[in-house]
Amino acid sequence: MPSETQAVPLEEVLKSDWGGGKSPFGISWGKLMMWLFILSDAFIFGGLLVGYGALRVSSGQWPEPEKIFALHLFGREMPLLLIAVMTFILVSSSGWMALAVHAAYERDRQRTVRYLLLTCLFGLLFLSCQAYEWSKLIHEGLRPWFAPEHSPFYGVRNFGACFFTLTGFHGLHILSGVIYLSVIAARVAKGVYEQRGSYEAVEIAGLYWHFVDLVWVFIFTFFYLL
Amino acid sequence: MTQSETKHPPVKVYLTVWFWLFVLSFTAYFIDLMHLSFWLSAVLFTCVALLKAGLIAAYFMHLRFEKLNLVYTILVPLILVVALAAGVLPDALSVLLHRHLF
Repeated sequence: MPSETQAVPLEEVLKSDWGGGKSPFGISWGKLMMWLFILSDAFIFGGLLVGYGALRVSSGQWPEPEKIFALHLFGREMPLLLIAVMTFILVSSSGWMALAVHAAYERDRQRTVRYLLLTCLFGLLFLSCQAYEWSKLIHEGLRPWFAPEHSPFYGVRNFGACFFTLTGFHGLHILSGVIYLSVIAARVAKGVYEQRGSYEAVEIAGLYWHFVDLVWVFIFTFFYLL
Repeated sequence: MTQSETKHPPVKVYLTVWFWLFVLSFTAYFIDLMHLSFWLSAVLFTCVALLKAGLIAAYFMHLRFEKLNLVYTILVPLILVVALAAGVLPDALSVLLHRHLF
């Protein structure tokens, strides 16, 4: 369902939208600021991912992610199982967030709060998985500046730096997101947005959360799978 | 912003997108398990990642329902990330080359 403006020829859109006294983006300032924040954040993650790519290419060798991130379960080695579970959790949380935004559109306070809390819960689950993964690798001796002998990372000193920076920065975003969403959920429950007559704050928080999920798609793909 | 609150998709759209995100995630996982050659899997992974990112941005983040002005403002600058990669890659390759030479 494209918006009505898309059917109008470009010249007319430019004239009517940028002619002064108009709203060129057709959204509230809060939402526009969130979009601009997301854009700048996308550059940060883009820079980190490109930096990781450059380090990986220039180092000539890289530990096999399948072996490093394998889980021992039921006496068998499951390659990348933890990462698959984490991806599953984060995609689920994004879905709950979408449902929360939908419930907010319909001004259903109870359902909005319930879905927001589910989103937070899945965010916390994701963080626990990450904490497990970090402590496992730290226990194996991996440091941002060092990789011990007889470990799968030996000889690739940059691996630790890339791993802790990329996943740490993403984890920090998840953590802030969980705090942000809890605050929004509390405010929905209190009826702040009901009084204000607009639930747009939920939608704006949703933008942030979906973006964090979107970044994970790229970290998952280029750091863990490749 | 009552106007933006009226043009939202029905819940079925969200559920469909959610379903496809799961499908694509598992597709990426299975591509990994197939142990294809590095470059083939790299291309496939990138395609799947871009599809997922597109779905999330278009439907979950409502970009598809926003004005074209906003869509261009958000998407066009991202070309700079590609430019950054294109600028840095030759340097990384030359470091790799010098590692092998000396």
